[in-house]
Amino acid sequence: MSFGIYVHWPYCVSKCPYCDYNAHVATHIDQARWRRAYERELRTVYDLTGPRLVDTVFFGGGTPSLMDPETVHHVLNVIQNLWGMSAVYEVTLEANPTTVDSLKFKAFRDCGVNRISLGVQSLIEQDLTFLGRNHDVDQAKKAIHLAQDIFPRMSFDVIYGRPAQTESSWERELDIILDLMAGHVSLYQLTIEEGTPLYLHHARGDFTALPNADIDRLYDLTHEIMTAHGYSNYEVSSFCKPGEESRHNLIYWRYHDYAGIGPGAHGRLQTHGKFITTRAHRAPDIWLERVEKDGHGYHPFINLTSRERLEEAVMMGLRLEEGIELERLKSLAQTQDPLNKERIKALISEGLLHDDPQSLRVTKAGRKCLNAVIAWVLQ
Amino acid sequence: MSLTEKIPQSRIRNFAIIAHIDHGKSTLADRLIETCGGLEKREMKEQILDNMDIERERGITIKAQTVRLNWKGPDGEIYQLNLMDTPGHVDFSYEVSRSLASCEGALLVVDASQGVEAQTLANVYQALDNNLEIIPVINKIDLPAADVDRAKQQIEDVIGLDASNAVAVSGKTGLNITDLLDAIVTRLPAPTGDPAAPTKALLVDSWYDSYLGVVILVRVIDGTLKKGQKVRFMNTAATREVDRVGIFTPKHILLDQLGPGEMGFITAGIKEISETKVGDTITDEKHQTVKALPGFKPSVPMVFCSLFPVDSSEFEKLRESLARLALNDASLHYEAESSQALGMGFRCGFLGLLHMEIIQERMEREFNLDLIPTAPSVVYKVYKTDGTMQEVYNPVDLPDMARIEKIEEPWIKATILTPDEYLGSLLQLCQERRGEQLNLSYVGNRAMLEYRLPLNEIVFDFYDRLKSISRGYASFDYHLDKFMEGDLVRMDILVNQESVDALAMIVHRSQSDRRGRHLCERLKDLIPRQLFKVAIQAAIGGKVIAREDLSALRKDVTARCYGGDVTRKRKLLDKQKEGKKKMRQYGNVDIPQSAFIAALKMGDE
Ligand SMILES: Nc1nc2c(ncn2[C@@H]2O[C@H](COP(=O)(O)OP(=O)(O)OP(=O)(O)O)[C@@H](O)[C@H]2O)c(=O)[nH]1
Ligand SMILES: C[S@@+](CC[C@H](N)C(=O)[O-])C[C@H]1O[C@@H](n2cnc3c(N)ncnc32)[C@H](O)[C@@H]1O
Ligand code: SF4
Ligand SMILES: [Mg+2]
Repeated sequence: MSFGIYVHWPYCVSKCPYCDYNAHVATHIDQARWRRAYERELRTVYDLTGPRLVDTVFFGGGTPSLMDPETVHHVLNVIQNLWGMSAVYEVTLEANPTTVDSLKFKAFRDCGVNRISLGVQSLIEQDLTFLGRNHDVDQAKKAIHLAQDIFPRMSFDVIYGRPAQTESSWERELDIILDLMAGHVSLYQLTIEEGTPLYLHHARGDFTALPNADIDRLYDLTHEIMTAHGYSNYEVSSFCKPGEESRHNLIYWRYHDYAGIGPGAHGRLQTHGKFITTRAHRAPDIWLERVEKDGHGYHPFINLTSRERLEEAVMMGLRLEEGIELERLKSLAQTQDPLNKERIKALISEGLLHDDPQSLRVTKAGRKCLNAVIAWVLQ
Repeated sequence: MSLTEKIPQSRIRNFAIIAHIDHGKSTLADRLIETCGGLEKREMKEQILDNMDIERERGITIKAQTVRLNWKGPDGEIYQLNLMDTPGHVDFSYEVSRSLASCEGALLVVDASQGVEAQTLANVYQALDNNLEIIPVINKIDLPAADVDRAKQQIEDVIGLDASNAVAVSGKTGLNITDLLDAIVTRLPAPTGDPAAPTKALLVDSWYDSYLGVVILVRVIDGTLKKGQKVRFMNTAATREVDRVGIFTPKHILLDQLGPGEMGFITAGIKEISETKVGDTITDEKHQTVKALPGFKPSVPMVFCSLFPVDSSEFEKLRESLARLALNDASLHYEAESSQALGMGFRCGFLGLLHMEIIQERMEREFNLDLIPTAPSVVYKVYKTDGTMQEVYNPVDLPDMARIEKIEEPWIKATILTPDEYLGSLLQLCQERRGEQLNLSYVGNRAMLEYRLPLNEIVFDFYDRLKSISRGYASFDYHLDKFMEGDLVRMDILVNQESVDALAMIVHRSQSDRRGRHLCERLKDLIPRQLFKVAIQAAIGGKVIAREDLSALRKDVTARCYGGDVTRKRKLLDKQKEGKKKMRQYGNVDIPQSAFIAALKMGDE
């Protein structure tokens, strides 16, 4: 069972109109205070997990490339001193093209970061403007090259399904992406999240969202082109060359253990034989105060029943091409037949699941209607 | 002079306010109450007598209400007015008939912008049957579209009532309300009860009040009803002691007694309204009146449907809720039944479609029940080859066709009033619904249509169609006529070859193709795409008459970055699960109950 630590950095230079992550714009950030707070929460979590090795660390956000390298350094030091890192550790840091330069990248690398995840979002100027990004295509490309030069591994994120996006323009953009990428890319569909400025604009009719049928076609096209170029679509929105998978994200999808550090972070942990979910207070200032007062910013922990754990494992695991091992499901559910056999059979004969005695695995067709498949399996 | 003081019978006026739906009865009642000072201005709200939530929200009256008011007449004397506000909708005409039986007069309200409508006619005829003195009241004269002369003309032409001294008012602005009050005092007759005779009172209505218990609305005919008096309910033969006597002003006010000609309420330690019978005669236990009042015809349910709880564990709760509603609604009939598709539920009888809709809504709101109602249907008389007759309320109870000699269905007589530009389409509608034209006459530019129609075709969606064809201008009233033989068959709906009993219906053979096709098409739109292909069929006795195929769902995935926030994904699943709870499974197919409900409610075309 792998163990990962997610560290949330809640600040950005500006807030993108589509984004509903726990990200805030602040004028003054007391990095020393954040260092102390991260350390305290890490220590609290250590008391829960006890000694074990850490396989991955992920600095997510927000925009973690805004962190002082010293802050990153401190966090990694604390982790190293408490648990220690496993031999093939992965430390990823999310970065924005606007907030990086080679000095800073090098500083991150020198304190242990060995993978960068860059928020590129688009390689078309107008679309970057629509997405409210504060960088242009050129900056994005430069940042990609820089990351590739400095870090052993890197990935970047692109959002498709943008208004008026056509198959041919996406095809051209994918060509550029394929040229630029090294090993890994995440291709997400634009979702118009409630409560975001984008949602408001959409509701007001300021722009027309791409119809679902078109988004579905782009999804198919993406899969075709990427796999034709030798990339495996190892998870619904992730593509990579063999061995380039995001090991940290695999921990989520394989439903292994992970700690969530920082405001709004989520965790799934084993402590004293119990499985708990942790969820921290989202507001950065309140989280800081809580940590300073109580040693952590968590809401009360919630214990999951074995059924709930089974459900979560299926929800996450079916996103993966490799699926989930049936043995794992049995042990999570603590029963010999965790899932309804008839239902599984029906999906197999419908060509939505592979007929695999070892694991539960969706076919290409099954993945396209994954939400319904998951609901059906878990019913 | 206060409302509780004794007023001689010659200065009592009992009257009901009757009209077509929405012509402004309740609003007029507000102005009468306000003008007589029954409530202070700050205590007033619109349609104050519509006190049920559902009445206030829908802006309609469901239950008749009584208020006592005092008014100083043109002669300077104080009069006691007992006002009854009645519902306008056809389903509740039973309430109107009870009110009319306890009054000497009626205000016939006609909306000056609409004129005489079908329900105006139905209600005024009832009033005339009860020998009531009628004051025509032309209402809403503040509206720009008001045409007082036309309304008067229609009252004369359509109803045949003298409208020369109709009172024109606005219930909204209060214009001419004092004139109306003076007209009530001078033109309506006083009651003529015998004060010395043994107590004789009409049980007009009863309901359950959580504070007072069962409250009985009475109209005293002869003698007096006193607190502490031992009374006998002649019909149920029960004897009780009156423990409270009072009136509504509209607030409850307790008195010592009610005299001849007066209206008010009593309580008599009764636990359930089933122990009371509307129309019963209340008399003194020792000095009994010789002749009981004629009473009321019992209300007959016209429309039936079954109600099932979405969550089958709520069956008992459903039973209790129905019992609670029936406490205050003698017209609600119900009995337990069980369905293969929907589990345990109740077959219920209603006065009409609105009544049905309102009961369903109250169950869901007041008792927090999630219900699946089946398609409304009527009662059929099934004559079997063995010479027996069976009443069938539920399509699934229909015996095998081979054992049926003949089936009879209820027919109604309908009156439709419509501006003549819609006449053509309405004739066509009635024709399509197997109608038989009885009469067609004109009043100005409005046509009055009389038709005989099978009730079965009405409960389907007739009223909605009528309203949409006429853009809301046609009005409609009906009453039960008689049972007649028809070529009726049971149509089943099959989803992936499994029959869905809740969707079975009895239809006329001539309508079955159209209905079957339409229902299948609708279901195809209503059932969300599934992971598997779904075949939807309509069949009569094993023969498929319509079929639609719903192709399988092949796109339902979101490529999104969830990170470690499984909770967020979970919410998605929970939402789906919550949805599933409201689904029924047919083989591989989950049909949301909303699809049943919509299919069952659906309109034609
Ligand atoms: N302009 C105008 N509107 C009125 C007047 N009287 C009633 N209304 C409106 O007409 C609508 C129906 O009024 P109600 O008093 O509820 O009618 P009703 O006859 O009691 O209706 P039912 O009890 O459902 O049969 C409401 O929207 C009132 O505000 C009036 O004199 N003038
Ligand atoms: C946790 S976010 C933070 C990444 C980084 N701060 C940035 O924006 O460059 C990770 C990724 O989610 C994707 N994302 C955020 N909001 C989205 C939305 N509304 N629809 C689709 N993808 C979204 C973006 O591609 C983003 O890079
Ligand atoms: S930079 Fe990333 S985290 Fe920050 S607001 Fe934009 S999308 Fe959200
Ligand atoms: Mg009313």
